[in-house]
Amino acid sequence: MSPRATAGRRAARTGQYLALLGYMVFLAFPLLWLVSTAFKPPRELASLHPGWIPDHPTLDNFRQAFEEQPLLRSAGNSLIASLAAAAITVVIATPMAYVMARHHRSRLSRAATGWIVVSQAFPFVLVIIPLFLVLKEVRLIDSLAGLIMVYVVWSLPFALWMLAGYARAVPRELEEAAAVDGAGRLRTLISVTVPLLAPGIVATALFAFLTAWNEFFFALVLLKSPRKQTMPVILTHFIGTEGVADLGPLAAASLLATLPSLVLFAVIQRRITSGTLAGAVKH
Amino acid sequence: MVPVTAASARSGEGSAEHPSAAPGKRPGSRVAAHRHGTWFLVLPALIPILLLSVGPLLYGIALAFTDSQAGRTEPTQWIGLLNFQDLLRDTLFWESFRIGLVWAVAVSVPQFLLALGLALLLNQNLRFRWLARALAIVPWAMPEVVVGIMWRLVYHPDAGLLNETLGIHRDWLGSLSTALPAVVVVGIWASLPQVTVTLLAGLSHVPRELHEAAAMDGAGAWRRFRAVTWPAIRPIALAISALSFIWNVNSFALVYVLTGGGPGGRTRLPMLFAYEEAFRYGQFGYAAAMGCVLVAVVSILLAVHLVARLKGDDA
Repeated sequence: MSPRATAGRRAARTGQYLALLGYMVFLAFPLLWLVSTAFKPPRELASLHPGWIPDHPTLDNFRQAFEEQPLLRSAGNSLIASLAAAAITVVIATPMAYVMARHHRSRLSRAATGWIVVSQAFPFVLVIIPLFLVLKEVRLIDSLAGLIMVYVVWSLPFALWMLAGYARAVPRELEEAAAVDGAGRLRTLISVTVPLLAPGIVATALFAFLTAWNEFFFALVLLKSPRKQTMPVILTHFIGTEGVADLGPLAAASLLATLPSLVLFAVIQRRITSGTLAGAVKH
Repeated sequence: MVPVTAASARSGEGSAEHPSAAPGKRPGSRVAAHRHGTWFLVLPALIPILLLSVGPLLYGIALAFTDSQAGRTEPTQWIGLLNFQDLLRDTLFWESFRIGLVWAVAVSVPQFLLALGLALLLNQNLRFRWLARALAIVPWAMPEVVVGIMWRLVYHPDAGLLNETLGIHRDWLGSLSTALPAVVVVGIWASLPQVTVTLLAGLSHVPRELHEAAAMDGAGAWRRFRAVTWPAIRPIALAISALSFIWNVNSFALVYVLTGGGPGGRTRLPMLFAYEEAFRYGQFGYAAAMGCVLVAVVSILLAVHLVARLKGDDA
């Protein structure tokens, strides 16, 4: 290879690494700033030139965050809502996803697929007002139960999609063998298909949990009393009406709310991307 | 985090429907049992979907033609197109609508181009690639509210990272000229990894031999991209760009936390406007009409986008 070509290649490589660096800086700097703010004492936060690394790192912000807002209670509410939503979602989605995978030509499966696609473009405004009115009518407004119901339906499209993808991969022969042995439809599903689907079910449940844990809009509209509020809504309470916030506790609380999301997401990210695309790339 | 296309729902499926009648049994009864079993399996999901998703959607469309309000004692009445006529004259709504479109385009388009470049980059054999991929998880997993809070800290006039870095004093989110661009940057940040990772997954299915053959024939990087890479990732690229546009039109939490729609309504996205109308002023019917208009316009834009792209492909 000529020296010029080598030089050109080296320049291209350098450019690529610079771009990669730029991307990582863009991604990481806001995050590092959040972490840094969470551990800064008030004096450093008020200083004119706040640095990256706190001179006197402190955990006071975390203590204060718990004192200022009902953070623990809201975390509990979020946990209950997310766990319940995740459990109910997989329990009701698994049988339907199974049917969609096995009878994909039926009218029902087509309608379900259509609904899954349309629901991605769902205009929240159009749905939230009727939901609010209906839940109010049945006295499920300002209750976690009502919110959980909404979360279940909210994560169903993706749950069905993911699970149907997994269910298609389960060989029919195994189910047929069970059917020949006289097992009924539900028995076959529970004893043969579900165990094989287990990894997919776990991933879907984690996904539904995460969706509920991070959700803000429905919780904001459907819950009124502060003691029922979920964590994302409580986080916004740290910001006063004038937009003035106690930065340290705000950052500390935000960090705490993010940790579970990060851990869970790290576990399922691979599955989500592959699950999302499984249908799109197979021909 | 979402299914990608309508077409893909169908293409990935396995073999044709299975004959269900087992030998030695009367086919009729078997089929009936089969049907029975199917409905039994589907109903637990179907009922909530109908009650809490399809139903409310239809109810919401109906509400747009009523004078439904919060806390009113008289019964709600049909008022025909009155809400829509009011909307036509509501300059605040159209301003918000315009801001919503500017926001959605200003986020989706640069984000897509950036993501495409990054996906191509991360598809190369670079050192630290793993680190970039690991970092990409973070914005994706974070609650939107936290993303908003975090960027408030970055943009903070006194203690913010941005002013500190640039050595200036500016209220990015609070001034009329910089508020919208500032929230657009956050919008791009928030879903850039998701679009990138989706495109990256698409890239992993581009046939390597084709690339090598094209390179042997002396095709440059751009030619190879046009002829080999783009056709392979086009369906995913189309789907994710359309989806991210829709998500951005429906965006709420991010801007609600960042600016609350201010200053002076400069960042009041349609969703924020409708939220205030419905839950601050209790104008349910009017807010539902807004929702309808929004959905109609977005559907038309998307249809145009998809048709144009599909045609462009045939040429």
